[in-house]
Amino acid sequence: MHHAFTLSGETLHALPSGALYWPARRLLCVSDLHLGKSERLARRGGALLPPYETRETLHRLEAEVDRTAPATVICLGDSFDDLAAVRGLEDEARLRLARLMAGRDWTWIEGNHDAGPVEIGGTHRAQMTLGPLTFRHIADAAQTGEISGHYHPKARLKGTTRPCFLLDGDRLILPAFGTYTGGLPTDAAALKGLLRQGALAILTGPRALPMPL
Amino acid sequence: MHLPAPLTDWFAARGWTLHPHQQAMLERAANPATLLIAPTGGGKTLAGFLPTLAELGQTPPPGLHTLYISPLKALTADIRRNLRTPVEGAGLSIRIEDRTGDTSYTQRRRQRADPPHILLTTPESLALLLSYEDAPKIFQSLQRVVIDELHALAESKRGDQLMLLLSRLESLAPGLRRVGLSATVEDPPALARTLAPDRCDILQADPGPDPDIAMLETDAPPPWSGGGGRYAMRAILDQVRRHRTTLIFHNTRAQAELFFHDLWLQNDDALPIGIHHGSLAREQRERVEAAMAAGQLRAVVCTGSLDLGIDWGDVDLVIQVGAPKNVKRLVQRIGRANHRYNAPSKALILPANRFEVVECRAALDAVRDHTLDGEPRGPGPRDVLCQHILMTAASGPFDANDLFTEVKRAGPYAALSRPEFDACLDFCATGGYALRAYDKWQRLLERNGKWQLRDPRAAAIIRQNLGTIIDTETLKVRLKNRFGGTPLGEVEEGFASTLTPGDTFLIGGEIVRYESLREMTVEVTRQPGRDPKVATFNGTKFATSTLLTQRILKIFQADSWPDLPAHTAQWLALQREVSRLPQPDRLLVESFPHDGREHLCIYGFAGRNAMQTLALLVTKRMEEQGLAPLGFVATDYATLIWGLDPVTDAAPLFDLAKLREGLETWLSGNAVMKRTFRATAIIAGLIERSHQGRRKTGRQATFSSDILYDTLRKYDPDHLLLQVTREEAERGLVDFSRIEDMLARVEGRIDLIRLPRVTPLAAPLFLEPGRIPVHGTGRERMVEDAARRLMEEAGLA
Repeated sequence: MHHAFTLSGETLHALPSGALYWPARRLLCVSDLHLGKSERLARRGGALLPPYETRETLHRLEAEVDRTAPATVICLGDSFDDLAAVRGLEDEARLRLARLMAGRDWTWIEGNHDAGPVEIGGTHRAQMTLGPLTFRHIADAAQTGEISGHYHPKARLKGTTRPCFLLDGDRLILPAFGTYTGGLPTDAAALKGLLRQGALAILTGPRALPMPL
Repeated sequence: MHLPAPLTDWFAARGWTLHPHQQAMLERAANPATLLIAPTGGGKTLAGFLPTLAELGQTPPPGLHTLYISPLKALTADIRRNLRTPVEGAGLSIRIEDRTGDTSYTQRRRQRADPPHILLTTPESLALLLSYEDAPKIFQSLQRVVIDELHALAESKRGDQLMLLLSRLESLAPGLRRVGLSATVEDPPALARTLAPDRCDILQADPGPDPDIAMLETDAPPPWSGGGGRYAMRAILDQVRRHRTTLIFHNTRAQAELFFHDLWLQNDDALPIGIHHGSLAREQRERVEAAMAAGQLRAVVCTGSLDLGIDWGDVDLVIQVGAPKNVKRLVQRIGRANHRYNAPSKALILPANRFEVVECRAALDAVRDHTLDGEPRGPGPRDVLCQHILMTAASGPFDANDLFTEVKRAGPYAALSRPEFDACLDFCATGGYALRAYDKWQRLLERNGKWQLRDPRAAAIIRQNLGTIIDTETLKVRLKNRFGGTPLGEVEEGFASTLTPGDTFLIGGEIVRYESLREMTVEVTRQPGRDPKVATFNGTKFATSTLLTQRILKIFQADSWPDLPAHTAQWLALQREVSRLPQPDRLLVESFPHDGREHLCIYGFAGRNAMQTLALLVTKRMEEQGLAPLGFVATDYATLIWGLDPVTDAAPLFDLAKLREGLETWLSGNAVMKRTFRATAIIAGLIERSHQGRRKTGRQATFSSDILYDTLRKYDPDHLLLQVTREEAERGLVDFSRIEDMLARVEGRIDLIRLPRVTPLAAPLFLEPGRIPVHGTGRERMVEDAARRLMEEAGLA
């Protein structure tokens, strides 16, 4: 079950999967997919992680797209672990992405991992404003009505740690949607500095659960 | 083989004569492998070195001659001192140095360029040495390897790794001779086969007199539950006063800390007493070791960090606080007292609570009967082999056939098949996935018939991850000041994350106040006099051995207990009165509410691993029945499960067919398997250890190994590391056959007793470490409730 809230007057749904849905615009937003992460690590001489995270991430993204049938999809940056990872994408993954993108407005917002044009279809933007809301990868403390990703926030409750949304009156920070993504605890200085008193964490999991920070 | 004359003169001048087993070691100097079993204090280490001293003579040529390997860093430094005394006293030009993680960078570099005659080290440091390109040069002159406390190493993957390293050494230095030293061995031929299959000689020294050992009885009875033995502080201080030097052993670091803190509150005579455990800063430990060696301490409160080695001749009493859990360990600890051959060691064991009185009684009986416990160890695990292959690749290109031959020479891997080896090699090279994704980015490549690293930079990563010890993440603790204050020790990251500024906790016997976290270091100030939290440490958690468990169950069957202190006999009688005592041919199950939760206590007496498996399977059945289990803890004798709803019918929970069915699905998705997988993945080089130095504040933590486990299970269920994880679990952690045995014995005679409160026998289970959460509907209900309450409190809902 999702958690509904308003930001800059717009009603938004934090989905249990970590995706964001904006019903009025039929818009689905996911952040930090980090597709191709295991390939990038291997290329750089590191560990050979199970090379299935791109499938798994796409599988979960497909499920959300099937469920919400969005007209617009925004990938909020760090969609690919780097630009070589885009080129290294398996044919199967390309095909699945193409199928997802068909018939809808698809925007790649650039992130710190995947700055520069992505040769995979869809629109590529540094940031994007729709009505009162602006979508960008890294939060800008000076702005309001902002939706961003980048930090992979994670919150602890009752001994479990889960990826979470962070919400205050000015901004929403999305959890990472990618399968192999670490997390930054919500009390990290980088996050504390961005959020106002009374901010909420919305935990992902079987249901989206809001809790005060 | 004869000792150099100056050395025999030096011995003679001190009135020393060789023990028969020391003489025998000299006579067997040419043996390819010898296992020496001798009691503590029997000059066992010197016996191991005598052939070396004889071969090296007065002015040996340069080059490494003997490698000494011990499980403890502290032991290498101690042996260095002990060995240098006669060598320098006799004026022999033999260079003896140690090399561990604590050795300085400069010293380590120099040792590689110009090795000493005798190098003292640990398995992990040896693995690192062997991973360098110049390993062949370092070890070309090696003649002998001496492995101290072999039984302690052989019980774990450290031993499996060491045996692989020995095979490697033998390839670099053909004709290498091996010596294993051990004090307590339950199965000498098996240990000899581990050291060197088919060609190991066993030399058994006179075991010496039986120890003088008893239970420490106190005026006040032990508490109903709890650990640490603080109730007996007066009696213990009294014993310390009456002896020269006492070692006070605890089973966990947290208990040692609490005990030490309380001890000082009651130490009216201000007897000099120190504390020593693995989570204290090295400086702290060294200070205590030095004071101990100088005879300045009357007692040391310690943990397994002092189980082995360090020869402190002045120790005349050992006190074991808490049930020893394992007879072999008890015997080892008793041996710490009175390091003189042919003098009985004196020891007292103090039960920490009433259940432990029974356990201590069982342990005393076992020592008296000379029975030692120990489970046979299976074939060498393949995750360790994967690490060994990577280590070999880091040192230079290798031929797969040669490496396979070499690996099979190691005892634990003697039965390894070629396909198994090839699967490990493939894992190291490509990840071994069904999806051949890394053909372009292989870690190892075959060029001209030799395997080598594709990216030479990977060698550094491999070296940083060598070793088979898996630590919990810890943070260093320092006193806060501008210059980076005195290091005090370390605490678990999980514990550190629960601290808020102003909280106080115990470390090194001091109460400190948490100030801040800076660069992954916990900064504290001294804050005496406040009620502290207890830090959690990653100390070893002991499991009571099967042998002791059986003896305990037998004691329960008696009509009365004249051998037990009256309070414990009364307690058992009370349990018999309010509930029942467990019987071998029935299964006792108690159900009671406590602290707002429903509890189920199953007295299976099947050993910790089987009881843990049973808990996992039963909680799964409970989940299916909508009983909302929240978690469990398992000991060797019982399993305690807590949840939101009471169990009213136990029989369906123990349907063997259903349990077996559950085992198949369960084996895949639970916390124990994930924990096992994490260790396996680190050892095999799939994930890197996080290093203190490289973790920076504010950086995202690496994602959890649980995600890798789930992904592999879904997309590649036959992957090598999943096979290893399953084997490991079946061998050690699952132990399903003992559940089957237990249920077959019981034949459906299950007694479910509903009680209004915790029973005497169940009480100690509430203090057991290692509580495992069950992630099901019960926990989800709780998480939702907690989130809702927080929202309400904040006025947001």
